[in-house]
Amino acid sequence: MTSTQSPPTPTQSPTLAPAPVRRRRTRVVDRGASRLFRWTATAAGALILLVLVAVAAFLVLRAWPALATPAAELTEKVSWMGDATSLLDFVGPLIFGTILAAALALVIATPIALGIALFTSHYAPRRLASGLGYLVDLLAAIPSVVYGLWGGLVLAPMVKPIWAWLNEYLGFIPLFGGTVSPTARVLMTVGIVLAVMILPIITAVSREVFLQTPRLHEEAALALGATRWEMIRVAVLPFARSGIVSAAMLGLGRALGETMAVLMILSPGFLYSFHLLEAGQQQTIAANIAAQFPEANPLGVSALIATGLALFVITLIVNMAARAIVARRKDFSGAN
Amino acid sequence: MTAPTVDNSELRTLLRQVDPRRHRTDRIMRVLIIGAFVIAMLPLVSVSWTVLVNGIERFNMYFLTHSMRGVFGGMDAGGIYHAIIGTLEITLFATLISVPIGLLAAIYLVEYGRGQLARWVTFFVDVMTGIPSIVAGLFAYALFAVILGPGIRMGAVGSVALSVLMIPVVVRSCEEMLRLVPNELREAALALGVPRWLVVIKVVLRTAIAGIGTGITLAIARVIGETAPLLITVGVIDSINFNLFEGRMMTLPVYVYRQYSQGLVPCTPGATDCIATINYDRAWAAALTLILIVMLLNLVGRLITRFFAPKNLG
Repeated sequence: MTSTQSPPTPTQSPTLAPAPVRRRRTRVVDRGASRLFRWTATAAGALILLVLVAVAAFLVLRAWPALATPAAELTEKVSWMGDATSLLDFVGPLIFGTILAAALALVIATPIALGIALFTSHYAPRRLASGLGYLVDLLAAIPSVVYGLWGGLVLAPMVKPIWAWLNEYLGFIPLFGGTVSPTARVLMTVGIVLAVMILPIITAVSREVFLQTPRLHEEAALALGATRWEMIRVAVLPFARSGIVSAAMLGLGRALGETMAVLMILSPGFLYSFHLLEAGQQQTIAANIAAQFPEANPLGVSALIATGLALFVITLIVNMAARAIVARRKDFSGAN
Repeated sequence: MTAPTVDNSELRTLLRQVDPRRHRTDRIMRVLIIGAFVIAMLPLVSVSWTVLVNGIERFNMYFLTHSMRGVFGGMDAGGIYHAIIGTLEITLFATLISVPIGLLAAIYLVEYGRGQLARWVTFFVDVMTGIPSIVAGLFAYALFAVILGPGIRMGAVGSVALSVLMIPVVVRSCEEMLRLVPNELREAALALGVPRWLVVIKVVLRTAIAGIGTGITLAIARVIGETAPLLITVGVIDSINFNLFEGRMMTLPVYVYRQYSQGLVPCTPGATDCIATINYDRAWAAALTLILIVMLLNLVGRLITRFFAPKNLG
């Protein structure tokens, strides 16, 4: 409200000056420093959108040489492409491996995360709940490279006998089939580590939704004689369904892009294989980039950036879908 | 969960006998839900314990104050000084980039944001938090490759990559804090004729400064452990490099990865100055350092709120 002095209006006569004249002013007009400040702030907001566009633009720009090069020349010049006959042929197994690893992590993490979220929202004593929630958040504070180190040196030797047992007795299920790896550097181990890493975000988002459940619904269920679990089943879970879906999708987004845990644990391969306990079967996009990037030639770098572009698009779609669900919930849920 | 209190315990047992199956389900679900929490604590305890036990052995002054220059094979030497320097410089520069942009964007969203642009910014800030770190690294690499030519490796590129990951976190936490500032304060200042931008800087920001400090510290804690983007933009090096704008730098997370990937050292039997597991030992000790830094930042973040809350500023 810097503009305290208003423009003189023609109807205003000098004698009536002190009289309160109601002036037409539809909106606040910023002047000088205020306007500059507003523009700077707005520019910063717009810059964020610009960064997202720039990420896509620069990836396309640098990936273009690989996309435009004929397949035969590409396979000749890029050593690590192996038997793949084209870029698509090469990216395919990577996308498959990425999605398989993330899906595995999601299958392991979601039930546990929902359990934790319910525990902290509806089971734990009120006074303990926030402290226990903080413990789960600590899982997110541990750097991914430490998880990789732990997974490779501690978890893998620990789960080796379990994987051997699974393979021996449940080997008829394709997922557990194949020859079991003697080092346990397999996708199953990776899945567990990824699951641990995405637990906090799924827990945090779903707990938020559980806490929003209308108290009246819960109390109505209890008043009708429902046990606590029945109350959760009929009042909390239906209310939270879309929230749970978006929490899981956010977790999926994290798992898709996770690099170090996969890079440090998995012994890679480029196959369309469902054998979770066999070494040298799958590889993810992110881990492949980190593994090949330092030694890649210019065309190789370009091909890697093309695979990174694929990863970017996949995670962008997953995240946008998840956020859109959350945003729609906010508008239409009865909680507010 | 105020269950209706039944004084008559006989009635309660009677009711329970009517449908034991429901109560069994209830009890099983309770055990499963508590079990889920316990399961989640196992990796946390296991990771912290193994890092502490394996890392404490090498975690000493020598380790913290020496680089890896001239260290080879199974030599009982080498440290992380160069990696600490790199991590601090790169993270600090990333903070210098992210905080002004993030804070201004948060101010835009809270103080000025109306209409389509604000809605888009809010939505895409959330989407941006989900960008994989390796993609941020590729972006920074591609950006500098276009400007300075391909194959460039320097600390500043890593900072740009980290700030792509950091900006959305800063925006989100600052926005939350600015929204907590009561509207009455703004209105009171505006009524006194203070220009809008001074209201924001002197009233809104000053009131929220503690929360903003916490948010920024936690954002730093989040990106300081990032490995993948630094691995592909900054590279690895064994000696000390103070210059952010020239040459490769070592960083703590990348150091952990590098030591881990070098694996066991093949020692000749009877060799005195050769430790087979030296690389793993160094990796654990560096991981311990990294976790300590992250935990310290988390702690500092929480203390800022406690000591710099507006009521303590007088």
